[in-house]
Amino acid sequence: MQSLFQQIKAGQLWDFHGGIHPPARKQHTSQKPIGRLALPDRLYVPLRQHIGVPGALLVAVGQHVLKGQPLTFANNAMAVPVHAPTSGTVLAIEPHIAPHPSALPELCVVIAPDGLEQWRERHPLHLPECDRLSLLQRIQDAGIAGMGGAGFPTHLKTGAASGVDYLIINAVECEPYISADDVLMQEFATTIVKGIDILCELSGPKAVLIGIEDDKPLAIAAMQAACSQREQYLVKTVPAKYPSGGEKQLIQLLTSKEVPAGRRPLDIGIVMQNVGTVFAIAQAVLEDMPLISRIVTVVGDSLTQPQNVLALIGTPVGYLLDACGFSPEPAQRIIMGGPMMGFTLPSVSVPVVKTSNCILAPSQAELPSASNEMDCIRCGACAEVCPAVLLPQQLLWYSKAKDLDKLKEYNLADCIECGACAYVCPSEIPLVHYYRVAKAEIREQSRDELKAEQAKARFEARNERLEQEKQQRATRNQALALQRQQLMAEQQKNREIEQAQQRVAATSDTATELSKEQIIALREQKKAAARAYQAEKATQQSMQHSADTADAAAANEPAAASLPATQPAQSQPEITSDPRAAAVAAAIARAKAKKAQTEPGETSVVVPAATAVAAEPILDTRAAAVAAAIARAKAKKAQAEPTPQPLPAPTAAPVKPQSDDSGASSHDAAASSDTDRDANRETAKRQALAAAIARAQAKRQQTDAGSVAMSHVPQSAHSTATTTKITDTPDTSALAKSTAATPDTPADDPRKAAIAAAIARAKAKQQQLSATDPKDQA
Amino acid sequence: MSMLVALIAIGCLALIFGAVLGYAALRFKVEADPLVDQIDDILPQTQCGQCGYPGCRPYAEAIANGDAINKCPPGGEAAIKKLADLMGVAATPLDSAQTPAIKRVAYIREDECIGCTKCIQACPVDAIVGASKLMHTVLIDECTGCDLCVEPCPVNCIDMVPLPGTVERWKWNLEAIPVHVVESNVLESR
Repeated sequence: MQSLFQQIKAGQLWDFHGGIHPPARKQHTSQKPIGRLALPDRLYVPLRQHIGVPGALLVAVGQHVLKGQPLTFANNAMAVPVHAPTSGTVLAIEPHIAPHPSALPELCVVIAPDGLEQWRERHPLHLPECDRLSLLQRIQDAGIAGMGGAGFPTHLKTGAASGVDYLIINAVECEPYISADDVLMQEFATTIVKGIDILCELSGPKAVLIGIEDDKPLAIAAMQAACSQREQYLVKTVPAKYPSGGEKQLIQLLTSKEVPAGRRPLDIGIVMQNVGTVFAIAQAVLEDMPLISRIVTVVGDSLTQPQNVLALIGTPVGYLLDACGFSPEPAQRIIMGGPMMGFTLPSVSVPVVKTSNCILAPSQAELPSASNEMDCIRCGACAEVCPAVLLPQQLLWYSKAKDLDKLKEYNLADCIECGACAYVCPSEIPLVHYYRVAKAEIREQSRDELKAEQAKARFEARNERLEQEKQQRATRNQALALQRQQLMAEQQKNREIEQAQQRVAATSDTATELSKEQIIALREQKKAAARAYQAEKATQQSMQHSADTADAAAANEPAAASLPATQPAQSQPEITSDPRAAAVAAAIARAKAKKAQTEPGETSVVVPAATAVAAEPILDTRAAAVAAAIARAKAKKAQAEPTPQPLPAPTAAPVKPQSDDSGASSHDAAASSDTDRDANRETAKRQALAAAIARAQAKRQQTDAGSVAMSHVPQSAHSTATTTKITDTPDTSALAKSTAATPDTPADDPRKAAIAAAIARAKAKQQQLSATDPKDQA
Repeated sequence: MSMLVALIAIGCLALIFGAVLGYAALRFKVEADPLVDQIDDILPQTQCGQCGYPGCRPYAEAIANGDAINKCPPGGEAAIKKLADLMGVAATPLDSAQTPAIKRVAYIREDECIGCTKCIQACPVDAIVGASKLMHTVLIDECTGCDLCVEPCPVNCIDMVPLPGTVERWKWNLEAIPVHVVESNVLESR
């Protein structure tokens, strides 16, 4: 039993299932030399001429390009660049009808040749010095993609094919009319063999099988001659049968191996290259000529000079046809590719691309267009010729029913769309067309499924993200709420403590633990009380003491020096700022006030008034409110029982700024007294009112006192009056100031205050007059 | 007596086989694909909500619980057929009147976009990118054509445009080859 290799070497050939023998019609072109054409007016170079993704553009509109200059570069393994076929100017980069049955436009670089054929700099590689990577890079950079028809990037195919058993060069070219590879081998056999050398370098196969159909005797002879020096290069002549040029069919023909469904030849240790591709590789590596031209068979009965031409990539099909003597008949069809697998072109402006091997312009008589499709008669002729051993009639059935699952079951994917079934169909059913439609449907469906999967994944990811965000928000909110609760609890606690302290302070009168503000307030209370007390004393004992009241400062600090012994309560708050001492003083003052209260006639209404004023800003503290209430009650009581009440205003006036301090939460302590007053106009008003009341009381009391004690010391009345007047002045001036300082304050308050002040002043004047009267009398 | 023996023997056999079957049922239990997942796989996952449910999965759950199978316009007849096969019910025509014959994607007229991010929030598959007060745009590859972004747009700058045909997506019969269109002027000019 010979091994496979021995059998191949011995020249054994195998066969594949089916196949047809259409008339070859190659004799018109295969005997002629390759025609060289003049440059066309415009070249339309599509950016994508292969399977994969287009490269990224390198040129701009208006740019001058040299022959062979890359127009795009491969930014992706699946991309191959395209090159300027000749030197010229880039006229536009725009969509142009693509060489595709859909006639959909694809992006093309439109080049106007300048006719100079100016090459870019070329760097041919010297094969023995090249490593594998640089060779592959060169193949990619030269823009080489499979020229047999599929257009698969060659560098990928070659790069993956390392250590294969067989390298098969496909020169079968089984389709009728086409002879491009035939003439290529006739003219460039040695270059092709050099290309095979490069591929051997890259793949290292056991043997190279060059498959050529037996109807190309000249090409066979040329290749055999070129390969004579290389014993592992086997030129295999295969019988002419369509579609022996199919990849899987040729592999089966030459090696008896079958490529499994859905696999590649590489999986069974075989790599196949088209002979045109091999030639392009040789040119790219040895001459640094990128793939900018290819041999195209221009053939058909509508042409007077059918021939193979070396066409630049991007040449419009119409230009090639014209060059070959095109005389179209009515309803002329132009087919790109062969009559079996080609497609009708929508327009003659479609450019030639890397995979275009034939332009066919048949007459109606030569190639009648299929028009009278009939029903399938289940004759089974199609199944007999199918090279892929499929059941075309079943596939047709399910294609019509759009039963994609059944189509998959019947291996539609293995159909190579060779058209043998349609060729033999007695009902003239365009079977391949149905399969193509069904294949497109399946592709679409799988694309949709993929997209649905992606959409689902994205949807789920989004939902997850939203959920996460929601949770994060919730946890954050929770944390914040907790924090707030803690804060509130703390505040509550503090408030409770504060309240407790205040309660303690208010009830036990031991103001040792009072806050600073409260201490200050209390101190002011004490001061006021002391002053009131002192003033009271001064009024009552005016006969013994003659107070010097001309000085305003002395009025504000009423006779601290003149009455040191008799007024200890007054001096105490003034000489010390120690809170404890102040607290003690306050306690004493309060005790005195209490005492005064218990003894009607001795009560000073100033104390409660001052307390009210001082306590007002700290209304928020309960103790203060209680104190204020008490004070108010006292004031009422005191008012009800008129008592000597000489100096209400001076007590109110000095207290006022201090009350601002105690209300420091809303006012800046450092603020000027003007603004303080301005802000405290309410207080001022109350003070003014209190002053008015106090003055009224004082007047009454004075009149009483005047009648009683006037004869003894007339000066006392005078001093009281003067004091009243003096103390009245700062009060009213303060009011005036506040009014002046705040022109934007509501007219209500200042007016009231002004009225009150006016009343007070009037009263004071009256009082003064009445005071001087007794003096005169005296 | 002999009858009793037979009964006992048969009874014993029944017990033994019952035990073996019961064990096998537990031991070799096949985790069947849950019905909801199977239905969800059939649905097109556009998440468009045209069925009245907030997404494909909820509709799959609803179908599993007995809802009608003909509420999915993006899935079309094909999905209904598959669902009918899966659920063992008759395939009914699509519920809604319009069937989206062609695939469409959202397109934002970027000059008019005010950057309100409302469409971004509406998109179920995160196919719109943009930021507040900055122009938004649609990722065509990810757009499922669900229309959900059109309504929230305050300036009506979102259009649903048919997906542009490409050579890869081309279906042979949908866009028939314009045969015999070799232009007469080209031919006359020579």
